[in-house]
Amino acid sequence: MAEIAISIRGLRKSYGDNEAVRGIDLEVHVGEVFAFLGPNGAGKTTTVEILEGYRKRDGGEATVLGEDPAQARREWRERIGIVLQDCRLDPYLTVRESLELYAGYYASPRPVDEVVELVGLGGKAGERTGRLSGGQQRRLDVGMALVGDPELLFLDEPTTGFDPQARRQAWEAIAGLRALGKTVFLTTHYMDEAQQLADRVAIIAGGEVVARGTPEDLGDRDSQPTTITYRGPEGEVSLSTTTPAATLNELTGRALAEGFELEGLEVKRPTLEDVYLDLTEQGVAE
Amino acid sequence: MSLVLHQLRYDQKAFWRNPPAVFFTVMFPVVLLLIFATVFGGKTLDVGGGIETTAYYVPAIITLSVISATMQSLAMSLVIAREDGRLKRGRGTPMPAWVFIAGRVGNSIVVALLMLILIATLGTVLYGVAIPWGQLPAILVTLIVGAASFSCLGIALTAVIPSQDAAAPIVNALLLPLYFLSGIFIPDDELPQGVIDFANHFPIRDFFQAIFNAYLPGGQSGLDWGNLAVVGIWGVAGLLLAVRFFRWTPRGG
Repeated sequence: MAEIAISIRGLRKSYGDNEAVRGIDLEVHVGEVFAFLGPNGAGKTTTVEILEGYRKRDGGEATVLGEDPAQARREWRERIGIVLQDCRLDPYLTVRESLELYAGYYASPRPVDEVVELVGLGGKAGERTGRLSGGQQRRLDVGMALVGDPELLFLDEPTTGFDPQARRQAWEAIAGLRALGKTVFLTTHYMDEAQQLADRVAIIAGGEVVARGTPEDLGDRDSQPTTITYRGPEGEVSLSTTTPAATLNELTGRALAEGFELEGLEVKRPTLEDVYLDLTEQGVAE
Repeated sequence: MSLVLHQLRYDQKAFWRNPPAVFFTVMFPVVLLLIFATVFGGKTLDVGGGIETTAYYVPAIITLSVISATMQSLAMSLVIAREDGRLKRGRGTPMPAWVFIAGRVGNSIVVALLMLILIATLGTVLYGVAIPWGQLPAILVTLIVGAASFSCLGIALTAVIPSQDAAAPIVNALLLPLYFLSGIFIPDDELPQGVIDFANHFPIRDFFQAIFNAYLPGGQSGLDWGNLAVVGIWGVAGLLLAVRFFRWTPRGG
């Protein structure tokens, strides 16, 4: 049984009449990258901010690294790192100075030069943060969350609004966290981000968890019917099958025997995107 | 305590590299002193037993410099940092909140002290306004009490500033009229008594009086306890409001 970094039971939070989080249960294991996936307004940021100690919950239990985040003691803050969804850097400090400033807040920080290298800003250490690109700034955000050498990092929508190159850079920095053995709790509304980075995923919609699992088996994706499409003598054909090997064997056998080609043959399993859209639409509809 | 110095060190770096902040906090008072001394210079005012215009404007501009380096600078820079999310990020670290605030207030007091040196030096070099060395302790005490008090007022003021764009207009709309009414821009003997009575309800007038009396050559020998106490009470009120209403998280969307 893996060690537990974060445990949530029946978590609830309302803003006035709006119930943003409606009884969430989750467990995040030590050393894994956990993605909390959902559309905007699903309750992701509310949940992560409760876990970070920024917001008070209305109900339920939450334990982060063995402590109640609502207490947010200084010793506990030593052990977590936070990358906020929307946070700018001090434009007049350099990359190295920004990291030195934050390193000073912690009892036993990582060496600043090491962090600069870890987040791939080696050539930019002396650059003012105001002159960095979006992707570089995000990597510095990750570096500032990492400089205290925390056990657990929270990343709230780390690549929202980024161009593909900046996203790739941010992803590399996040993938590097796993290599360091850190536990990562990531929120995102991009399916490919969850698929790329996460060991396990929970999908949230309308303040509730609607599915959980690995990116591969999420929403029973691995046991759902496979779709086979092709153009044959009878025109466009689309078959749905739970035994794709047998169906394909039969199909190719017939094509060889009768001497026709399976034009545009495609074999498709439901993508994570299909599962996600399906699940979050249900959640929103409720 | 060493953490406060750590914070102060980086606040200082960021301050001196920020051209608008340096211009408005350092250059603007210098420009005002030069303008007032040039336009109104060479007259004797019916203030403090008859003094030169320049001898009036040196403590007046020191007053303005201190308020600008503390209340104005803090209110604007803290709102910008708050709306940037930088205050929130800092709260997510083990650094105690008071350390951050102490660093920023310390930064303001350092700048205020440098402005005292700069304006006093310009006053004596350009206009022959003698620096009253004998009253230096009184000047420093007055300046530090004032700087701390106006820092607290600046921090409290951030609670009513909703956005980065609103920061400069709100701060200026508050301070500029009070500079005029309190005798900073227009000498006391030109102001109707009713205006001075009105300005006496606000701490800028009290602080100006305290600085003026501390700086007046051979004057009442320095500390103006009465006015300084009023400034201190405003500062404590600001501190209480700041503790109650200061926000670390952005207000805007």
